[in-house]
Parts: sequence; structure tokens; C-alpha cells
Amino acid sequence: MSFELNGRTYDTDEEGYLTNLADWNEDVAGYLAREEKVDMTESHWEVVNFLREYYNEFQIAPAIRVLTKAIGKKLGPDKGNSKYLYELFPYGPAKQACKIAGLPKPTGCI
Amino acid sequence: MTEATGGIEMEEGQSGIVKKFMFVNRKAPYGTVYALEGLEVVLISAAFDQDVSMAFLDDGVYQLAKGQHTKAIDVKNFSPTYRALEGYDIEKLYVEKESLEARGLSQENLLVPVEVLNSKEIAALMADQDVVISF
Amino acid sequence: MLNIVNKSPFEKTTLESCLRVAQARPNGSALLLIEDAVYAATKGNAVEGRIRDAMKTVPVYALWPDLEARGMQDRVIEGVKLVDYGGFVDLAAEHNTIQSWL
Repeated sequence: MSFELNGRTYDTDEEGYLTNLADWNEDVAGYLAREEKVDMTESHWEVVNFLREYYNEFQIAPAIRVLTKAIGKKLGPDKGNSKYLYELFPYGPAKQACKIAGLPKPTGCI
Repeated sequence: MTEATGGIEMEEGQSGIVKKFMFVNRKAPYGTVYALEGLEVVLISAAFDQDVSMAFLDDGVYQLAKGQHTKAIDVKNFSPTYRALEGYDIEKLYVEKESLEARGLSQENLLVPVEVLNSKEIAALMADQDVVISF
Repeated sequence: MLNIVNKSPFEKTTLESCLRVAQARPNGSALLLIEDAVYAATKGNAVEGRIRDAMKTVPVYALWPDLEARGMQDRVIEGVKLVDYGGFVDLAAEHNTIQSWL
């Protein structure tokens, strides 16, 4: 599968996750967010950027439990909980935020 | 789509029975797919709130070698992922002393903190598990 | 004869078999270690002596990208010659016969 944006073609897997991590940029993120019906705010970007940093360091997309704990550590306990993350990404932070961040589907997300 | 690692329900825990699981890693990375597959299974297992440990024996100790750079062989370098284990509350990593020595390696050559144990100590730990899964 | 070994010496007896035969007729023989066999080319391991002995009569090469992937780039035994993919091709071209020991 693939999509067109600004005259370029981007490959995705069958669920819409970007095939090539290096293809990611903020325009691509914006497109993927619109596809997910997510209206990107500063709070959304904070999570998306956090996920990209996590991936760069560990080469995996974190499980939700690990994500909430790590976000709590970095951005404070008011943000390090499932409720906050599900409010930002109602169909699941793992599914939606990882997709918008251009990461592969988290391990264990079946 | 359900998230085996992500369900909020999962965090509540179901049965509350905690078993001791040991994942035994005996293969070098990259030459075969065992090391990567084993690591993924361990990460998934973290969602089930069990008592998980990992043991590295034989060529499995090579999985933890520092300084892996896979760009030239065009394969994903998954060694940084071992550093994520702590965040998954998997903190019991055991490495067999005899395996390290046979390969000229020591603890300083490894990319995560581990407990180095001799064969007898490893054997005792294995015997103490409810489930041992070997990769 | 260019002999290529790709399995860890701790897991398979391939390296030993290959060396037994290659050293029996060392003239024109070479050994190239690739994939998990590059661990054999590292210092301090249990087969280091075997590699050093082989190098007395048979040139030993190791594929650099495979050493680097495994974090073994700083541990190579002196005397083992390092080749990249281009060097791999050159070795293959220089030898009349190639055997991949499986």
C-alpha cells in the first residue's frame, strides 16, 4: 500500500504504518493524523516526538504500559497515565500515535 | 485490533497467579532469527505480569556484545532493545561465566548490566522455574 | 581452493572439518570466515589457537561487515586479513575453486 503527498509516493504496510522510518517528516505526520481523524495539538506532538526519541534509543515502539511510565517520568505524572494518552489518541496511543510518528506497529500489538 | 501489551484491563491482572518464566538465549544474533524472535517474545511476555528472567548461555552471550553496527550488512541492529528491558520491568539478566570465558569476553564487553553466574548457579536457577523457554 | 565457513565454531564442527582438509593440502588454499563464523577470528576465544595454527599454512580472511555487525571489530586476532564485500568478490575471482562448507 502507499499514499501520495506533495508529489511523492510513500509506502505503507497493509494497516497504513509507514514502511520506511526515514520517510517521516512533519507533513507526513500531518497526513497520517488526518487519516486517523486526529487533530494534532502541541500535546499530540509531544507524545509523537517522545515516541520517535524512544524508538531512536531502543529500536522498538514501546508497549502502552511502558510508554505511560516513561512519559510520566519525562513529562510529569499528569501526562503519564492511560487516560491522558487515550484522550489524545482515542483509538489507542500505540496504534495511532505510533502510526503518526512513523514507527512500526508496537511489538505485541496483535 | 486488540493490544496484548496495551489493554488497560490487562493492568488490572486477571488470575493473579505469578509464575517464574526463564527465557534461555543460546544463539548468536543475525546468523539466525532465534535471538530477535526470543527478544520479541520476552517483550510481549512483559504484559502478563509474570516473574520473567533471561539467561544468556553459549553463543547467546554474543547478543549482548557492545559496539554492534549492522549498517553494512543491511540488517536491523536490535542490540539497543536489550537496554529497553529495564523499562519493561525485566531486570533479571543472567549470563553464564563459562560461556563468556570461552569467548574471551567479560562483563565490561556487554551493553547492559547483568549478573554473571557459573554453570552450577545457572542450573539451580533453571531448576527453580515454573517454565523454561529456550531460543 | 577458497574455503568459506559461515557457522559459529561453538555451534558446529564445520570450521574444524574445513581446516582439517584445507591444512592437509595448504598450497593454494585460503579460508574466509563470514556471518557467525567471524566469531572464530576474535581474540581470547576457545578456538583462537586453532586459527593461529591454521594461519601458519593457510591465509585466513574475515568479512569486515559481519565482524562490525556483531561488535567484534576491535577483537580480531592479528594476522587475520579483513575484507569488505569487494574483497570477497576479489577472493572468489582469484581462486579456481570455491567451497562453502555448510
